[in-house]
Amino acid sequence: MAEAFSVVGKSLTKPDAYAKVSGQTKFADDLSLPRMLFGRILRSPYPHARVLRVDTSAARELPGVLAVLTGDDLPVKFGILPVSQDEEALAREKVRYVGDPIAAVAATDEWIADEALGLIDVQFTELPHAMSIQEALAAQGEPIHGSSNVHKAVALEFGDTDAAMRVAEYVREDTVFFEGNTHLPMEQHAAVAQYAADGKLTLWTSSQTPHYVHRALGKVLELPMSRIRVIATPNGGGFGGKSDIFSHELVAAKFAMATGRPVKITLTREEVFYAHRGRHPVLMKVKTGFTRGGRITAMQFQSFLDGGGYGSYGVASTYYTGALQATTYAIPRYRFEAVRLFTNKPPCGPKRGHGTPQPRFALEIHFDKAAEELGVDPVELRRRNLPAPDSRTVNWLRITSCGLEDCINKVVDGSGFLRRRTSMPKGRGLGFAVSSYLSGAGTAIYWNDMPHSEVQLKLDRNGGVLLLCGAIDIGQGSDHILAAIVAEVLGVALDDIQLSTGDTDLTPIDLGSYSSRVTFMAGNAAKAAAESVRDRLFRAVANALHCDAADLTARDHRIYRSDRPADGLTFAQAVQRAEAQGGVVTGSGSYTPPNLAGPYKGSGVGPSPAYSYSAAVVEVDCDLKTGEVKVPEVWIAHDVGRAINPMLVIGQVEGSVYMALGEALMEEQTFRLGLHKFPSLLEYKSPTALEAPVMHTYLVETIDREGPFGAKEAGQGPLLPVIPAVANAVYDALRIRIDEIPITPEKVLKALNERDRRVGPKSVPTFSFPPLIKAEVPEEWKGK
Amino acid sequence: MSIADKVEVRLRVNGEDTAIMVLPYKTLLEVLREDLGLTGTKHGCELGECSTCGVLVDGKPFLSCLAMPLDLEGREVTTIEGMARGREPHPLQVAFAELGAAQCGYCTPAMLLTAKALLDREPRPSREMIKQALSGVLCRCTGYLKIFEAVELAASRGSDG
Repeated sequence: MAEAFSVVGKSLTKPDAYAKVSGQTKFADDLSLPRMLFGRILRSPYPHARVLRVDTSAARELPGVLAVLTGDDLPVKFGILPVSQDEEALAREKVRYVGDPIAAVAATDEWIADEALGLIDVQFTELPHAMSIQEALAAQGEPIHGSSNVHKAVALEFGDTDAAMRVAEYVREDTVFFEGNTHLPMEQHAAVAQYAADGKLTLWTSSQTPHYVHRALGKVLELPMSRIRVIATPNGGGFGGKSDIFSHELVAAKFAMATGRPVKITLTREEVFYAHRGRHPVLMKVKTGFTRGGRITAMQFQSFLDGGGYGSYGVASTYYTGALQATTYAIPRYRFEAVRLFTNKPPCGPKRGHGTPQPRFALEIHFDKAAEELGVDPVELRRRNLPAPDSRTVNWLRITSCGLEDCINKVVDGSGFLRRRTSMPKGRGLGFAVSSYLSGAGTAIYWNDMPHSEVQLKLDRNGGVLLLCGAIDIGQGSDHILAAIVAEVLGVALDDIQLSTGDTDLTPIDLGSYSSRVTFMAGNAAKAAAESVRDRLFRAVANALHCDAADLTARDHRIYRSDRPADGLTFAQAVQRAEAQGGVVTGSGSYTPPNLAGPYKGSGVGPSPAYSYSAAVVEVDCDLKTGEVKVPEVWIAHDVGRAINPMLVIGQVEGSVYMALGEALMEEQTFRLGLHKFPSLLEYKSPTALEAPVMHTYLVETIDREGPFGAKEAGQGPLLPVIPAVANAVYDALRIRIDEIPITPEKVLKALNERDRRVGPKSVPTFSFPPLIKAEVPEEWKGK
Repeated sequence: MSIADKVEVRLRVNGEDTAIMVLPYKTLLEVLREDLGLTGTKHGCELGECSTCGVLVDGKPFLSCLAMPLDLEGREVTTIEGMARGREPHPLQVAFAELGAAQCGYCTPAMLLTAKALLDREPRPSREMIKQALSGVLCRCTGYLKIFEAVELAASRGSDG
């Protein structure tokens, strides 16, 4: 019996592997063009100041300087979300964080450009700055934007939560803080721009979202998009940090237009910390009502986001701090209030898990505490509140497949959690948590009714396949997923597929490598494209073999009769037949997610065509003298729908666990006197090879009915349960509660000495949220 | 910058002798990438903090962002471009490719060269020795496990092929 698939489900070597291990992969900074200039950007030394005057005359006179730009050269505002067009490529009237771009120089080499930056004279008037949620709310001086530091406030309610709280038999409330942190990709952002004599602009950039960069360049440079080509170079790590529109991209393009010469700008490591768009610091209050048996009756959730100096993805981030509570647990009544505040720090945005690791941390330690008080074990409390497959949550999110229970069983059994956690030696403990995540956002960043992903295929006469798609590989293996799906459908091998990706001239749209959307959405588009080409080949072969196209199989480089495998043509012969009959053999496929938004304002953030599920058990080893927490072993299970390539999925899971441990124990983006405390790789602590734990990874396959071959996401979800599982393990080990990320040695020692053995926020600020938008509850939740 | 500011540097890189005129304050990293076109060596911080720029000098791991080419005359520099033997990839490169140990691929050149230095010194290292040897090279994608496994696979196959 032949296996069902020949490529899908196999741990094959990915198409770009050998380019990467040989150093041949060309990242943006590896590009060099004849006569290329180098650009550098002058950044604000103040967290909040008016810019009175920018005098560039001395810089312009320095030999080797070819152009200098200030805000007046690029006056059109932009922003990744249509509702937050609040950024300028170079600040004109005021600066809002240390590192905010003000002016730029293009010169024949980087040293000259650097020297010229020092000759630019900027006069500022300093303004009072706000560096935290509390300071932003209390600010007396000039707001950072407009008339208030409140960027976005939302308030939603699904059913009467107050009434449900009143009848609950046990109600618990917790206040929790998650400090901000950053992506820290090993590759610094870089862009190379060229403006050709025919008036066409090309920008090579290390971007996860070339389509959005394309749109922003058109807007800010006031050029038709048809004269702009954006080529995303392979990203040397993204994690969400290269999915925004960045000053250096716009500035490099403008310099190329101004000088007629290619221009490269590569950010320094320090500048990458200012570009940021990373994890929001979020202060949260969660209140849940339970029955005595541990069933949730209602939840009320409040979040306060510290947004930094600009909008970025912040409106979406705000909603994401509330959206996925109900895909993880069956919550009958739910209230969510959130506010995002502007502060004088680098803008926050999407980092792996976008807006959901913070509430996941809050919820999972809250449930751990509730379980103890209810007298049930923390695993059992989750089991009593599992979401159902093929259901709708109280906030109208549609769940298709759900493998959460399987995930829980895998990690609980694998770790011996229930048996071992009561008998650990002193200082050692086990913690448990669960989560869910999107397989791509159900709505695009700008409103349109077009597909989110498109793939074109062109076959050559020897059986080679050219695959064109706007998606860009950021290390997650998207090139492999697209090639594997097409190879499977056409019955060819991976190395028959030639990929061209992330090029706005050549490739059809994919919205980008963010939101865990590429496998699901571009994968579905690739499958549809391959099926359309295969149909055409089948017609040509059926014609030659005098059989029905429905009776044919494509496999092993042949197309043959399913009942008589000896009867068939080679794949190349089939292409030649089809080409002879109908000309060039091409096909295309698109994917548009179903309209899943619920009947209320604010329902656009949260819907996804499918949700992944994860569960984790983390073991900690705590040093009572130093407060240091080590993680020797992690058990993680992830419901990926189907693993198109199990090795790559496990790689995403392991990478997620690693990043989660960094956030849980050491990574933080903090400030002093308006300055980033440690914008360097040495002082911004991140885990090294020495901290890598033993990991047991379990893949759960639920074969989602809408995913390509049943696949769901893998790149972000597995990060989510690990952070709270660490906190819960620390409690198990030391009976202390660190309700604040990261769990540093200082906090552990402090908690050991506190009377309540806890470190964390005591309360949330007083804030008048807008009136609740009271949404109707879906039919299945009425009367519950 | 005029030619008068430049100095002649003789380097032996990947077995080839080369003499070039460079600005004396350029680091080995810059000379490799900008003057010799060896862009397989990456930069991560240019402050000696992340080892992304790691190369081998006389077979030992070396941070090219902190090295001055003039100091390295007469020594043997190996970059990722010199790791394969002709068209035959080094067993570590094969193992990294096969096991998915390179995700984004940006730290990969330095990781591979550092692992090569380890296997040249210690053909069958323990997991702990691998961790120690690679601990200076930061990777943000993999969580390091597939890298350890790839080094072990290459070692089990015999690093000398």
